[in-house]
Amino acid sequence: MTPTLANYLIASGLLFAIGLGGVMLRRSIIIIFMSLEMMLSAANLSLVAFSRYGLVAGHQNFDAQVLVFFIITVAAAEVAVGLAIIVSLYRARQTTHVEDLDTLKF
Amino acid sequence: MHLSTVAWITLVVPLVAAALILLVTRTSKPLAAGLAILSALIACAGGWILFLGNAEGTFLGFNWIDFGNAFSIPFALALDPLSRTMLVVVTTISPLVFIYSIGYMREEEGFWRFFAGLALFLFSMLGIVLADNLVMMFIFWELVGVSSYILIGHYFGKDSAADAAKQAFLVNRIGDFGFMLGILLFWVATGTFTFAGINGAAGVFVQNPTLLGIACVLIFCGTVGKSAQFPLHVWLPNSMEGPTPVSSLLHAATMVAAGVYLLARIFPILSASPGACEVVAVTGAITALGAGILATQQDDIKGILAYSTISQLGYMVAGAGLAVSAALPMFHLFTHAFFKCLLFLTAGSVIIGMHHEQNIWQMGGLGKKMPVTFLTYLCGMLALSGCFFFSGHYSKDLIMACSYEHHRTVFWMLVVAAALTPFYMTRQAMVVFFGKPRSEHARHAHESPLVMLVPLILLAIPAVCAGYPFVEHYFFHEIGSLAEPEVPHFVEIVFAAAFFLGLGAAALIYRNVEKDPIRIPFFEHRFYIDDLYFWIVRVIQGGIARLFSFIDRWFIDGILVRGSATVVWTVGFALRFLQVGNIQAYAFFFGAGVVGLIYLLLTVK
Amino acid sequence: MLLTAFWFFASLMILFALSVVLLRNPVSCAMSLVMCFISLAALFVTLDATFIGIIQVLVYAGAVMVLFLFIIMLLDLRAEKTRRLNFGATLGGSLVVAAFLAILVQVINADPALSKPLPTLPAQAPDVKMIGFTLFHSFGLPFEVVGVLLLSATAGVIVLSRKSLR
Repeated sequence: MTPTLANYLIASGLLFAIGLGGVMLRRSIIIIFMSLEMMLSAANLSLVAFSRYGLVAGHQNFDAQVLVFFIITVAAAEVAVGLAIIVSLYRARQTTHVEDLDTLKF
Repeated sequence: MHLSTVAWITLVVPLVAAALILLVTRTSKPLAAGLAILSALIACAGGWILFLGNAEGTFLGFNWIDFGNAFSIPFALALDPLSRTMLVVVTTISPLVFIYSIGYMREEEGFWRFFAGLALFLFSMLGIVLADNLVMMFIFWELVGVSSYILIGHYFGKDSAADAAKQAFLVNRIGDFGFMLGILLFWVATGTFTFAGINGAAGVFVQNPTLLGIACVLIFCGTVGKSAQFPLHVWLPNSMEGPTPVSSLLHAATMVAAGVYLLARIFPILSASPGACEVVAVTGAITALGAGILATQQDDIKGILAYSTISQLGYMVAGAGLAVSAALPMFHLFTHAFFKCLLFLTAGSVIIGMHHEQNIWQMGGLGKKMPVTFLTYLCGMLALSGCFFFSGHYSKDLIMACSYEHHRTVFWMLVVAAALTPFYMTRQAMVVFFGKPRSEHARHAHESPLVMLVPLILLAIPAVCAGYPFVEHYFFHEIGSLAEPEVPHFVEIVFAAAFFLGLGAAALIYRNVEKDPIRIPFFEHRFYIDDLYFWIVRVIQGGIARLFSFIDRWFIDGILVRGSATVVWTVGFALRFLQVGNIQAYAFFFGAGVVGLIYLLLTVK
Repeated sequence: MLLTAFWFFASLMILFALSVVLLRNPVSCAMSLVMCFISLAALFVTLDATFIGIIQVLVYAGAVMVLFLFIIMLLDLRAEKTRRLNFGATLGGSLVVAAFLAILVQVINADPALSKPLPTLPAQAPDVKMIGFTLFHSFGLPFEVVGVLLLSATAGVIVLSRKSLR
């Protein structure tokens, strides 16, 4: 008995949903950011699952795995810049509570 | 020198003079007058050279618009017997009026402006006479209207003069609208604008006589406007606000005659449509009779002559509508130009002698104080009334005789008008020149200077002679037949009776009276036509204008423009409330939107 | 055997993911996330994507999470004090998540092709070699672009971290 594609996809979906919930429900901006990373990883899981189950000419679909490679790279760059922004924000506002950062309103 | 060059010089020299006067002669009165008179004399010489040289043909200037056969409007001069004769009339009278103006306008302001306007008018009038096609004639038609506007409004400081100039132009415009439609209709049917082309195209309309009738009547609208026929006659009496030389040249001899000239130009095609001829003849007759009636109650010396002009123009138009020959209306135009111009110039002489008093009931006994004016006036008056051996008799009686054969109703209307003409002219003569002076001005009146008298004398000669058979033959034998129709004997008796009746009645009634014994308010108020027009403009046009203003302000401005702006603003205002500033709210909107989108994509196939 | 591994690591991953979202102390959240990523890497290995799994551990768990911890320490974040719970926002967020999950489950169940067992691989070709081949063969340009992206990210971080933003 082997796990099916559906299993992996549901696992990935759950991970994504938890990440989405974290983005919408937590109020510390660092936690929100971490949930964001979780969502990206969920997407990676989906991609790798499809790569394994959608065989191309007898072997895995390596295009998906290359895409995961790129996603991880971009996510890393994004984390770096995002955290730099958060640090600047903290220096300016002395808070990481998301509800205090609300000056961009009409 | 080639005749075509002469023709172009004749046309262009007055324009050059006008431009020069405008640019150069603000301060020098003699220079302005000299330039204008010189240009008029050159034009006169050119006109006579062309006439005596029997210039014939089309002289092309340049192709203004040329799309090949489909649509082409050349700028060309057409010389033929008709235009040669008209050229002689215009170019002979103009220098005389210009010279007269030196005396008349001596103390008026705007001397140079006046002569520039006169020169411009001469150019425009010559353009109408020499035009080879309808569009070119229309252009000069409008130019003549502009010159008339400028000259009527010479005393632009006076409200009545400015209003009269505006009215003249606008009423003319109404007629010109019909004229333009007629031109377009002719072009659609025949494909050409030239007179030669249109006059030869009767065959095109054989299938469709109503179309021809409509086209001719539309062109006639131009005549109705320019020649002050009923119902567009209202501008001519008011145009008397202009200086008297203007009234004599434009509004008696030449400009208003352009409408009749137009009818003569299109005579071949006009006579092919009995319906249009009927309309033309009846309109002319109504105008002749109506204006004659109104002239009997006018108190302004120029007003009487203005209505007389309208009445005589009615004669000419009726003559054209009889479809006998193009020469019939032109003959009366010819004689009328001379004696009417003369009459106006004598009126101007009287006005100058009376220190610009124009009411005839302030005058009296001027016959003794202004003898030359009086004698020349008599020549003009007798010619106008149709007295034997004077020019008007020949042309007017010829029209009436022809109408006896062709159109009995028109005949009787013209006969009654022929009785009224000597009546009001004798009334004018009795009140102004006979009897005792009625005011200080009249007592101290004196004869006018020589520069004004010489043109009077020179014009009196053709006023007497222009109708004589050899003159008539010389100028008109190539244009058309002026043969006397066969009429029963009693008709000639009727003519003579009309003359003597009118003359005698006025002589009796107006002998030595202090004020007008006959007062008919209906006639005095000009049949209340002016009031009718005023009401139409105020109520109907004003009402329509108010309606459009309402639509513009409330509907277009309010609903369409500001309404749409308000809608956009409101939507923007509503959407602004989504900008809460809270990041998680944005994330929520985003997530909800994505989930909703996925749902839609999955369910809606 | 593979199935057991899947269930074990999957549940571990979900458990740690939940603890990231639910715990108060940011350091605890970060450590849970690290554990989540490691479980995820294990799942990658079960899918015969060993290279990706190693990369996940090295880059994500190793570098990214360490960076997070550095920032948490730098900003000296304490456990966040619970403020007044915004009922409407919580409800809305929960609804969106639930809707998402519902749609996902429905879609996956509807497609029978997703329930096939794991297909066999012919040979144990080293996936690093194959990934490298695909990367430089078909994805050369994106590779270079990502290099530029990393460079710009580096420059951006340096600019953003300056004491005073001139």
